[in-house]
Amino acid sequence: MLIFGERINGMFTDIGDALRNKDPKPIQYWAVKQQEGGAHYLDVNSGPAIPTHERVEAYEWMVNVIQEVSELPLVLDSTNYDAIEAGLKVCKRPAIINSCPAEQVKIERVFPMAIQYNAGIIGLTMDKKGIPKDAENRVAFAMELVAAADEYGVPMEDLFIDPLILPVNVAQEHAPEVLESLRQVKMLANPAPRTVLGLSNVSQKSPDRNLINRTYMAMAIASGLDAAIMDANDDDLVDVAATCQILLNRSVYADSYLKVFRAR
Amino acid sequence: MSVTLVKEKYSSKVGEVVLGATAEQGGTRTTTITVGGDSALPFLHFEGETKNRPVIAMEVTDVVPAWNEMIMNQIGDVINDPAAWAKKCVDDFGADLIYLKLNGADPEAENRSPEDCARIVKDVLAAVGVPLIVEGCDDSEKNNEIMAVIAEAATGENLLIGIAEQDNYKSIAAAAMVHKHTLIARSPLDINICKQLNILINEMGLPLNKIVIDPTVAGLGFGIEYVYSIMERARLGALANDKMLSMPIICTVGYEANRCKEAYASNEEFPGWGDLADRSVLWEAVTASGVLQVGASILVMRNPAAVSVVKKNIADMMGK
Repeated sequence: MLIFGERINGMFTDIGDALRNKDPKPIQYWAVKQQEGGAHYLDVNSGPAIPTHERVEAYEWMVNVIQEVSELPLVLDSTNYDAIEAGLKVCKRPAIINSCPAEQVKIERVFPMAIQYNAGIIGLTMDKKGIPKDAENRVAFAMELVAAADEYGVPMEDLFIDPLILPVNVAQEHAPEVLESLRQVKMLANPAPRTVLGLSNVSQKSPDRNLINRTYMAMAIASGLDAAIMDANDDDLVDVAATCQILLNRSVYADSYLKVFRAR
Repeated sequence: MSVTLVKEKYSSKVGEVVLGATAEQGGTRTTTITVGGDSALPFLHFEGETKNRPVIAMEVTDVVPAWNEMIMNQIGDVINDPAAWAKKCVDDFGADLIYLKLNGADPEAENRSPEDCARIVKDVLAAVGVPLIVEGCDDSEKNNEIMAVIAEAATGENLLIGIAEQDNYKSIAAAAMVHKHTLIARSPLDINICKQLNILINEMGLPLNKIVIDPTVAGLGFGIEYVYSIMERARLGALANDKMLSMPIICTVGYEANRCKEAYASNEEFPGWGDLADRSVLWEAVTASGVLQVGASILVMRNPAAVSVVKKNIADMMGK
């Protein structure tokens, strides 16, 4: 189970301010803190804090300041592919591109870029029309992304299918459909593509966010989830991820397994 | 019709551990030995590298052991002198390194002092140029006393010292750390304790590349299948990047195989079992080659004739 730390995102006030003021400290603080929490990768997203025309420069800067303090690989998160490419150019370790929907034009932009920079891809099970309601259509989009990986020569384990979870307080019917999608995506190819969720989305604006996050994550891992963009400093949540590794017999049990799971 | 071999891909490999130290490295060994580093299951050369050949440590004891005659006769008079015995193992029997077992320290036996034990270690170090493994007796409290003194007396030699166990690891781990030795971590055929002990030792500050796993083994016919399954689990863990199971493995096959009745019972007692002279050698050699197949890096052996057979087996498996 891979943890992609979500905290370096311009939607958070401290990061947004840091981006506007070119102050590396808050970004570096969260890079280190998320690594200590148990993150395997750091998601990097400028959010709306930076005007579109300045994003290329902003991503290059963010990657550089993070790499000054952390060895973790990065997940470059933007809808602006030129910004992602600017970040990929300065990444010291193979990164992941976040994200690419099942749309031909975007596939043609993203997949060759992934090959060029030896990067992974998060593929979204949606197109221009939006997110499907049911598992069947999610899996159909996943199949298009799997076919694209095959066509462009992206190794299947470098493709992370994201079946897109929505907030449970407004779109409750999606939660089981996403679990079913995870199960089916794992059967699309051999080796199977990997899977990822933007986990915190499931609990948006609910009072019991942490409980919902960790309950859903355990269910999703059992259904085939390999990675989550999540709060790497929610200790209970990270403990659940570690415990799932044990209960699914993916890691050998030892009394100190929680501590070892966080060692990087 | 052509057949494509199905190959497993692994994300990691077994850690490498260096035993012994030359003069430049602060010791007095003429050579060092590196074990581990494999990136696939043993000897599957088409899937990954078996980086370092498994090695054989021959067992030498500080008091004359009660071993069967077939082994005693091959060793000869030097059995009374650990240093000369060690030298014969290296010069005549081709041992890669020496495993010195200090049974004489046992309070129930000679009750040798830590200083006496350290002197024996120094004598053996002086007699041979190969790296040395040193284990104490069967009394854990006494072992803590003698290993502290031995570790200090042999500072810088990078001995492989043992043993650390879950309920008694701190003292010997500290001795290894302070005096720059490598440590044997023994678990009782239990993969979970094996991993936990490595974690505990590592938490004290001993680096992972200074630890060797002793999973406890069994002789052929006495549970070797279970040993195999435990070792296989550890190896697959190492290859899947479980750093706390990624250390090379040492197996005390000579001790275990020669405890089996088949290795020493006379022809008269069991006429149907075949000639003891062959049986004795084979029991140890087959036990050794069994654990080799699942990732033993260091074999601790007794019978020189069995050593000879296993050396050939290792060379064959390495394809050299």
